Amino acid sequence: MSNSSLNQATDATLVPDNLKGLVADWSSDVQTFKVRWSKAMMWIFLLSDTFIFGSFLSSYMAVRLTTTVPWPDTSTVFALHVGGTEVPLLLIAIMTFILISSSGTMAMGVTAAYKKQRVKTGVLILLTALGGLAFVGMQAFEWTKLITEEGIRPWGNEYGAHQFGGFFFMITGFHGLHVSIGVIYLSIVAKRVLEGRYDRLDDYQIVEVAGLYWHFVDLVWIFIFAFFYLW
Amino acid sequence: MEQKKPFIHPSYYPGETPEAEHPFSLYMSAWILLFVLSAFSYMVDYAGVEGYLRWFLVTIFAFLKAGIVVGIFMHMAWERMAFLYAIMLPPLFLLALVGILAVDGAFVYYIRDLFMGVNTP
Repeated sequence: MSNSSLNQATDATLVPDNLKGLVADWSSDVQTFKVRWSKAMMWIFLLSDTFIFGSFLSSYMAVRLTTTVPWPDTSTVFALHVGGTEVPLLLIAIMTFILISSSGTMAMGVTAAYKKQRVKTGVLILLTALGGLAFVGMQAFEWTKLITEEGIRPWGNEYGAHQFGGFFFMITGFHGLHVSIGVIYLSIVAKRVLEGRYDRLDDYQIVEVAGLYWHFVDLVWIFIFAFFYLW
Repeated sequence: MEQKKPFIHPSYYPGETPEAEHPFSLYMSAWILLFVLSAFSYMVDYAGVEGYLRWFLVTIFAFLKAGIVVGIFMHMAWERMAFLYAIMLPPLFLLALVGILAVDGAFVYYIRDLFMGVNTP
């Protein structure tokens, strides 16, 4: 595109203020964000996801405020028996540790991608995906234990307010879904990196965008850990 | 005096090749800080801190960790202001939602207490 047509498109006096102008305004080369489209679009998707998780957590807050029955004590509900003693929230602490570590390897993978180091980037993304897989596996273990041993159901439980189960399964389930999708997403990106696709394109932008998604999954977990497990 | 090189984000402008590299040590310290803050919030539970102090500490640690993840890992600290505000300001509307729901929740609790009494399912 030549420079003159770019100027024409951005000059408001040259674009008619009707439906044609509306189309011209939206389709022309006017640029607000000086970042790549893939990155801006991922951020906007993550913004909408923020509102989904924000709505979940604030509705959880509202329900917890309204219930006249005591809320279950998460320290005892999520405790693990290790060598005869009960350690509160042990599994959750390990899951947090794994997810933060996977976020760290992802950040290193993105840095390697900036330098266009093919193998290092691919291996670090694979490590990240493995961390995610471990996280989902532990979550499956946690759910199984809660359902079969503690008898927690979406409609009731023995520890206190009945709404506990519903919110637990909805919020952690939706987060677990995000992690699972992230593992698939990262595996595909890692495969493409190792195949040399981004070397041929001479463009590793996709890695940074995938990294944004993964860090967001970690970000959501930070708030679930704080507000659901610890609050 | 040593002249400091300005830190330019690799995807600052479309099509621009990376000029500056994110230092490895920065990510390491962010990572370690995340571990330390997670350990702190876990200790709040382990030590049995209750009430407002517990809620305050847990929230503070969560938002500090969120700041590290968004700012350093997601590179928001190096984005242009137009982009930063476009992404970071809208979530503040959630505060309004939380405020409204808190008022409503307190009212519903009051009504339930009035007509059903506390501790009855």
